[in-house]
Amino acid sequence: MSTANQTDDGETRRDFLHLTAGALGAVGVGVFAWPFIDSLNPAADTLAMSTIEVDLSPVEEGESITVVWRGKPVFIRHRTPKEIESAQKIAVADLRDSEADQDRVQKAQWLIMVGICTHLGCVPLGQRKTEPKGDFGGWFCPCHGSHYDISGRIRKGPAPKNLAVPQYNFIDDTTVRIG
Amino acid sequence: MGSGERVTFKNPVVSWIDERLPVFSLMHKEYRAFPTPKNFNYLWNFGAIASVMLILMIVTGIVLAMHYTPHADMAFGSVEHIMRDVNWGWMLRYLHMNGAAFFFVAVYIHMFRGMYYGSYKKPRELLWILGVVIFLLMMATAFMGYTLPWSQMGGWAATVITNLFSAVPIFGDDIVSLLWGGFSVDNPTLNRFFSLHYVLPFVIFAVVFLHVWALHVSGSNNPLGIEPKGPQDTLPFHPYYTMKDTFGLAVFLLLYVVVTFWFPNIFAHPDHFVEYNPLQTPPHIVPEWYFLPFYAILRAITFDIAIPFGNVLFLIAALGATLYAYFSAGRVRKFLWLCIVADIFALALLSFSPHFVLEAKLGGVIAMFGSVGLLVLLPWLDTHPVRSARFRPRYRFFLWLFVIATIVLGYVGAQLPEGIWVKLGQLCTAYYFGFFLVILPWLSRTEKALPLPKSISDAVLKGVVVLFAVISFSTPVLAEGGEHSHEAQHVESQEWSFRGPFGTYDREALRRGYTVYQNVCSACHSMNLVSYRNLSDLGYSPEQVKAIAAEYSVMDGPDDEGEMFERPALPRDPFTNPYPNRKAAIYANNGSYPPDMSLLAKARHGGADYIYGLLTGYGDAPHGKDLMQGQYWNAVMTGNVIAMAPPLSEGMVSYEDGSPETLDQYARDVSHFLTWAAEPHMEARKYTGVKVFIFLLVFAIVMYGVKKKTWADVH
Ligand code: FES
Repeated sequence: MSTANQTDDGETRRDFLHLTAGALGAVGVGVFAWPFIDSLNPAADTLAMSTIEVDLSPVEEGESITVVWRGKPVFIRHRTPKEIESAQKIAVADLRDSEADQDRVQKAQWLIMVGICTHLGCVPLGQRKTEPKGDFGGWFCPCHGSHYDISGRIRKGPAPKNLAVPQYNFIDDTTVRIG
Repeated sequence: MGSGERVTFKNPVVSWIDERLPVFSLMHKEYRAFPTPKNFNYLWNFGAIASVMLILMIVTGIVLAMHYTPHADMAFGSVEHIMRDVNWGWMLRYLHMNGAAFFFVAVYIHMFRGMYYGSYKKPRELLWILGVVIFLLMMATAFMGYTLPWSQMGGWAATVITNLFSAVPIFGDDIVSLLWGGFSVDNPTLNRFFSLHYVLPFVIFAVVFLHVWALHVSGSNNPLGIEPKGPQDTLPFHPYYTMKDTFGLAVFLLLYVVVTFWFPNIFAHPDHFVEYNPLQTPPHIVPEWYFLPFYAILRAITFDIAIPFGNVLFLIAALGATLYAYFSAGRVRKFLWLCIVADIFALALLSFSPHFVLEAKLGGVIAMFGSVGLLVLLPWLDTHPVRSARFRPRYRFFLWLFVIATIVLGYVGAQLPEGIWVKLGQLCTAYYFGFFLVILPWLSRTEKALPLPKSISDAVLKGVVVLFAVISFSTPVLAEGGEHSHEAQHVESQEWSFRGPFGTYDREALRRGYTVYQNVCSACHSMNLVSYRNLSDLGYSPEQVKAIAAEYSVMDGPDDEGEMFERPALPRDPFTNPYPNRKAAIYANNGSYPPDMSLLAKARHGGADYIYGLLTGYGDAPHGKDLMQGQYWNAVMTGNVIAMAPPLSEGMVSYEDGSPETLDQYARDVSHFLTWAAEPHMEARKYTGVKVFIFLLVFAIVMYGVKKKTWADVH
């Protein structure tokens, strides 16, 4: 009787020890993996580059500029009153990615968006006067033929979404901080 | 392998796979059931430990390579980028750097174990030779890794080691420029070293596989050196040795963690923190500690070895060998002997004089490579039938002497080659070769061994950890020992809040120190590796950092018209340079370059103590010591002469926090600040170290319990 009990005790203690050791080992390896994975995230100097300030004063009405933000092109267009009007009068419900123009801008004359086609990541044409602007007078992606309007919304072609609007805020009337 | 009998598994998936590819059967046979002698002591842990270190080196190395740039202009900066900006980069780098040292510790103990217990003897000769191949590959890999940070130490070590090959007669110079890919150690050299440093560990991995395969054919040796006589002498590898190895590993890792997190630069010379300059050799080049014995052997050959009547001797040797070839039986033998004849003739042709002279340079190189190469021949130099030194008292004595000679050689290797050290190095080198070439063959013939036990079960289990202690205590001595003796001046140790295992930086002192740098040092000294954004670490708010940065202007561009333009600095910019380039800095400072201060605290012996000592060490030159124009006397500077005018004086910088505006306080604060600049993640390092240490300690204790339980029924 007592001998049986003793072995039982020994067994449980051994099991407990093994479980503890196994759990410790598993947790240790798991935690140890984290620094390796985290090191692949953007480093401090890359993060320091992740906000930029852009001076808009030299951009005339009807002109566009492209600035680099986090290694990507950002389209900034100084829209004319006519363009603003045409962007606003579209019936939002008919769009593939319904979004009103007012929701895509902070100041109606400044359209700021990431210049990357939401289909497969090409840079659409239309920033320069000589480039094709597509059927809707905005931008045209030559890779697989996506047409964007003057609000950067997808109107025709394979892309599923409107051109993305980055986080930004105006520091003063002519300076914007992106990111 | 793999096609042996299979094991049956309950799990249907496992069994399905195993029928088609018997990996599970293989694992079961080699790592579970594998019959292992039951009398291993703790020295048998180091094979497993070394494999874990290899894997750790590969894993950290792969990730580090993702952040490193193998270009002569960017390598140094990219390593500092890892240390400063990459998430956990400092930890991965320190793990890798010190991991190499601990990998060698494990391998040296593993090799010693092989020698002490005669593990290289029949039938394990090939197993041993594969081990020596691994060791050679490790040496090559470690050496190339040493070069990659492109520091003064690394670049010059590469120069010195590659130049060894210039000792090769006739082809020497061609071989060296082949290795360099140019006329000096430069970008092409760095690129190929990086490529090889990346690939060789995988080659090592493959050879380790062969090494383990060979081990599993012959079975393990054991402390008694006699073969197991049957099942009563062995235990299945799992759980007995898996548990014991894991416990041993945890203890080993504890030591590794202590060094990595609290003394990460103990093996690193200050010249590691200065970028490589091909025009200026640092006064004292040393390899990593694990190469020091071989380096000492290289330097021990300081004399030409003259062989009188060399050509006559060659002729006789060649004639003898030809005759032997003619009369010996078998084609292979004949062929081998004719090869030897050809070699002798080639050598004779190389030495045109009647007295063949082996130059000291070539002699040293041959001795160094020979000292490693001899290890391959060990199974045939020691042919004594008894394996374990336990039963060979004389062999044991000479082997310990050999260990001592090697450690002394290591110490000698770290000293300047002068005076007593040369003689001592030569003495130990003589013993090193004598041990292999004379003592071992002699003992093989004459030594009478003690009676061997009939079987393993008869003997008592006993653990030895002596050597581990010896090596772990002697390595820091090797690493440090050589260096202190070269310090020109004694630097007085100061009180610093960042000292000690839990020490932290004093933010107020850091901010004051920055003010001093900003107002005084920055007029001449750059700090390229520190950016304004880093100042938030000193307790400045983002707005303050922005304001500080905006006081400086930096060159940017080109703008849309292709012009460069000046703009106010942003937090992301590195500290602005006082001079447009290095040449301008040298020109403006009477020919001496004011060193970049980012790593100064690491690039000088004594760190903060040194900087403080230098700043407060100005004085009048003692009588009889003439100083030239533009020179100043300093108690701490090597040679007591410095080109920098005393930079600090009472009251020259005003402090906002009411601290005394004295020279002493300025010097103290700026030293504090520079220590932070050189090692900004020190606090995170110690803090992480505490967590890792506690975890490993608990793990080791639990594993000890598991191991005891597992072994309870064996003892
Ligand atoms: S990527 Fe633009 S249409 Fe496909």
